[in-house]
Amino acid sequence: MTFLTSGPIDLAALHAAVQAPERGGVAAFVGLVRDHHQGRAVLRLDYSAYGPMAEAECARIVAEAEARWRVAVALRHRIGALAIGDAAVAVVVASAHREEAFAACRHVIEEVKRRVPVWKREYYADGTVAWVDPTAAMQHA
Amino acid sequence: MPSVAPSSVTVRVLLFASYAESLGAEALDLTLSSPATVGGVLERLRSFPGGGLLPPKPLCARNLAHADVAEPVSEGDEIAILPPLAGG
Repeated sequence: MTFLTSGPIDLAALHAAVQAPERGGVAAFVGLVRDHHQGRAVLRLDYSAYGPMAEAECARIVAEAEARWRVAVALRHRIGALAIGDAAVAVVVASAHREEAFAACRHVIEEVKRRVPVWKREYYADGTVAWVDPTAAMQHA
Repeated sequence: MPSVAPSSVTVRVLLFASYAESLGAEALDLTLSSPATVGGVLERLRSFPGGGLLPPKPLCARNLAHADVAEPVSEGDEIAILPPLAGG
């Protein structure tokens, strides 16, 4: 399975990949490119990745979720140049009932942010460019 | 005959994003005295120009999985030094 994509994320395809007659609930999280970061206007951004490890880490996260809950998980992260409003990441989880779908979906997106080697370079309206450091943002919060 | 003594280990080091910019390289080979650890790779990198910009405890990976600095490294390992992750 390929978890990284350089093209737009196809949510319908992710939904189709996890749906089944016995699964009555689907939970999804889609992360979109925001137009601001710490008070600065963002014009666009580039995502880059350590591709082989990102693929391996996504596979581990999905396998862990599917072992912990009775769910089917579809996951994609987009790489490359993205515009405001573009979907950067999508998690779609199907299960027999909603509780497991919500729990697994929340778990997968949090683990993706914590473990998958992806970096974000933001281009600001004032002409500057910066690598985003979420750990610095937490310290400043 | 191999030119590398058996008491040394050579690993491939990958740098990304801001760290690649700081050290001016995305990949390099490092030879260390054996036994060596991920932390030993980090210490060697700190001696390079720009290496002082690395934080005290950066995220590291060994052969495509997150690794602690105490983890031993073997000949041919791929060691990656990862800037703060910003996916999602």
